[in-house]
Amino acid sequence: MTRRIRLVVLVVGIVAFAAAMSLAFTGMPHFGGDIHAYRDAAVSGTYAHDTANVVSSINFDQRGFDTFGEETILFCTVVGVAALLRPVHRERRREVSDAGLVLESTGLLVYVLFPLTIVLGVNVVAHGAVTPGGGFQGGVILSTGIHLLYVGGRYSLLRKLRPLVWFQQGEALGVVLFGALGIAGAALGSALFANVIPQGQLSDFISSGTVPLFNIAVGMTVCSSVIVLLASFLDQTLAIRADAGNDSVRKPRSGFEEGSAS
Amino acid sequence: MNDGVLSNVLIVVSLTLVLVGAAAVVLTRHPSKQAVVLSCYGLLLTILFVAFQAPDVALSQVAIGTAVVPLIVVLSIRKISLIRAEHTRATDQKEGK
Repeated sequence: MTRRIRLVVLVVGIVAFAAAMSLAFTGMPHFGGDIHAYRDAAVSGTYAHDTANVVSSINFDQRGFDTFGEETILFCTVVGVAALLRPVHRERRREVSDAGLVLESTGLLVYVLFPLTIVLGVNVVAHGAVTPGGGFQGGVILSTGIHLLYVGGRYSLLRKLRPLVWFQQGEALGVVLFGALGIAGAALGSALFANVIPQGQLSDFISSGTVPLFNIAVGMTVCSSVIVLLASFLDQTLAIRADAGNDSVRKPRSGFEEGSAS
Repeated sequence: MNDGVLSNVLIVVSLTLVLVGAAAVVLTRHPSKQAVVLSCYGLLLTILFVAFQAPDVALSQVAIGTAVVPLIVVLSIRKISLIRAEHTRATDQKEGK
């Protein structure tokens, strides 16, 4: 392919893309308009199952199988990252001390915010069917809240507070729970991920059937996933070092750079 | 009517802020500074989502975009600089022999 042909292909592509996009944009409803077919269908479906939070209802009630796929993607990604970042041969793990400068104001803020963030995370998971939030958001808030300890310079306390094995199992358990709830919907109700539990009163704490249970399952998976993910990165950065002696000179690319620099 | 104008102004302001923030992220050259700018940009996006009345998305954004992703980026940059330092030390030792 010469430069000329490539340019022609590029121009044709840009023109076709521009034509398609302008067609699509002129056919779209206006920004902030009043006609939303999808919204009307989703909101009436939500109220039919007495769920106050429309987003939670869509995620866990109306399209539970899609959410199961998304959760599995997250699970597989974290397993992959953990496998990539584990210590290999020619690497050793060193002890990490809490030495290092942490401002007193940072330490104080961490002590104030740590319990608040944990309570907020649990609250967001528990009220996922009623108020904005849900399993995903609450799980991420929980896991970032635990990592405030690292910001406050208490890495050893962080390691004691999150026994990693628990969270590795919690991650898998959440996915299994999600799938089991879906199969229970098929066994007791009409279809996979059907909302089989009585839905109760709209906007009550315990309402909307299976949605809170799904929230808890997703919260478990997401919280554990993010903790395992950040633990792998923290371990690589703080604890894992290349073995002294037999390393690095053989690494071809950086070795070449160093050689040419000196 | 007045309410509509106010929310339109809010949307325009937050969209402009997001545009400026995105440019700032792209134009920051140093990766570790970029992580901090990215975190601030995540906050701007959160404001945008709140202005669009999407609190669920805003919650996800504030947790993932301003906390987890910048932390992962900073940790990775630190690890890379550690590997480089170790490597330099090893080559220096070898040349010193």
